Amino acid sequence: MSTTRYADMFANLKAKNQGAFVPFVMVGDPNKETSLAIINQLVESGADALELGIPFSDPIADGPTIQKAGIRALRSGVRTQVCFDILSEIRNNHPTVPIGLLLYSNLVLANGIDNFYAKAAAAGVDSILIADVPLREADRFITIAKQNNIHQILIAPPNASNETLKAIGEKSDGYTYLLGRSGVTGTETAVEIPAAELIAKLTQFKVAPPLLGFGISTPEQVANAIQSGAAGAISGSATVNIIEANLTDQDKMLADLGSFVSRMKAATLL
Amino acid sequence: MNKLDSKFGDFGGMYVPELLVPALDQLEQAFLDAKEDPSFQKEFMGLLKDYAGRPTAMTLTRNIVSNPLVKLYLKREDLLHGGAHKTNQVLGQALLTKRMGKTEVIAETGAGQHGVATALACALLGLKARIYMGAKDIERQSPNVFRMRLMGAEVIPVNSGSGTLKDAVNEAMRDWSANYDKAHYLLGTAAGPHPFPTIVREYHRMIGEETRAQIMEKEGRLPDAVVACVGGGSNAIGMFADFIDEPSVRLIGVEPAGKGIHTKEHGATIVTGTKGVLHGAYTYIMQDKDGQIEESYSVSAGLDYPAVGPQHAFLAETGRAEYYAITDEEALNAFQLLAKKEGIIPALEPAHALAHALNMADEATEETIIVLNLSGRGDKDLEHVVKILGDKL
Repeated sequence: MSTTRYADMFANLKAKNQGAFVPFVMVGDPNKETSLAIINQLVESGADALELGIPFSDPIADGPTIQKAGIRALRSGVRTQVCFDILSEIRNNHPTVPIGLLLYSNLVLANGIDNFYAKAAAAGVDSILIADVPLREADRFITIAKQNNIHQILIAPPNASNETLKAIGEKSDGYTYLLGRSGVTGTETAVEIPAAELIAKLTQFKVAPPLLGFGISTPEQVANAIQSGAAGAISGSATVNIIEANLTDQDKMLADLGSFVSRMKAATLL
Repeated sequence: MNKLDSKFGDFGGMYVPELLVPALDQLEQAFLDAKEDPSFQKEFMGLLKDYAGRPTAMTLTRNIVSNPLVKLYLKREDLLHGGAHKTNQVLGQALLTKRMGKTEVIAETGAGQHGVATALACALLGLKARIYMGAKDIERQSPNVFRMRLMGAEVIPVNSGSGTLKDAVNEAMRDWSANYDKAHYLLGTAAGPHPFPTIVREYHRMIGEETRAQIMEKEGRLPDAVVACVGGGSNAIGMFADFIDEPSVRLIGVEPAGKGIHTKEHGATIVTGTKGVLHGAYTYIMQDKDGQIEESYSVSAGLDYPAVGPQHAFLAETGRAEYYAITDEEALNAFQLLAKKEGIIPALEPAHALAHALNMADEATEETIIVLNLSGRGDKDLEHVVKILGDKL
């Protein structure tokens, strides 16, 4: 049995007539201690769940903001094991918040897939999304995810065929990462609010609740995403931009992150 | 699902964002349709012959080999229009681009040879090219940068990461994931996600096919070995493809040992590498124990790549092909030797293969015929080599 934190979260939010706001940051950005403070701040300011990256040298799905976050973490010596240490602390501090990892396949393979998922489960991770593992390569990861009680998250791109959506409905649970547009991560290009047709198809193929991501940086976009039928919104580069803008002043960084998350969360109220 | 096998044993596959899968499927379909379309084949073959200058010559060396038992032939891809083998498959993919109704081409380049080939094909066929090139490579290959710009391509410097080929590939893939509707990613080597390794091999396989016909004509038998340099592995797989099912022909790939494979400064992926995923394929890569990709190094920009085409990984693992590594110094010696003894200035990339072929020639104790794929000419390297050798010449 996978963890029930996502299901519990979506049920609670539904009862309160809210969508989910999920910030993304890179674990270890800019260093271990500050990263812990950052992630705690996100939860305390109202994040419903966390989407967390593991730094990788060659992030092909990421734009400049997330690339730089990874480089900062790597330069401060953060590697996968340090990330698991940080994740364990976050889990201790926040027992109920769903924690998802978003990372690249080579980090998983270098550890051995079994070993990586076992370590992630031990650190209290609920879900894993591998940016460069499409449905077609996903089966062996899904099998091991299930053995470790972890949700394997799949991506529904705006150009997804019915065949792809059907398979996502059958193979993944927890939530579905709904891509708001083509391209790489970043606020340079804004999200496109999904067509009602796509949301209807997601319902038809019974995919796990869709969280819309890519290009989300304002409360208006969050509100639009949820009104269009998404279960919530993920905001990565906008969150990481606040870290990058305040690297020399941690107090201001945390204060700015806090107010950003509060505003984005407020926009999830239907 | 894929129409062609996307893997070579466990190697290869499509480790890309879900977003790119439809674009890769579209490419696979276009490749298969084109194969059955006589008008496509006629146009491709016509361009190869009348524009690029195929078939290329095969030259028996006269002076460089001292062992009388050995005949060393050079397959002269250096004589191809553009100055390297790269033009073959670029013409094929550029025609596929048009067939898919796309008007723009994205490419990456290391030494600049693939960039030049892309620029010339796009100029010829009326496509708009933008080419990502590592900032460090732009510096060491400036004549090629000028060539690309002269032929109307936009050259975009890449400063992220190590500023070399791998980072240029990252940027090209990022661009493609935003623009696949109108742009084709014209990948330059036999690496990357399916179907690129297969398409690039098939559009270079005339190298081996011509070699077979030419050696049969000259010698009446197959060669004992074919030798080619391996960065991503496109010229080597083009040479190997027609001989894979001929067990008497040794297939020999030569990787860059840089400053030595015991140092961190090399690009000998197969010889020293571990398995992992880079740029969409499961293959041999250079990485640390955590799976972070390590920067490769070679005096030759075209071999400076920390992964290798997945079919080479498979040929190495099954033992069908052999892979060795040659240092910068050995390659530079071979570079000068070919110039002095045969009047041919090779690119630094095949100079690696030449150094290994000369070692094989020295050690041969029976009659041996070796064909070396001389994959490119050395004009682009002159400035760089002058800096290294200075007045030692």
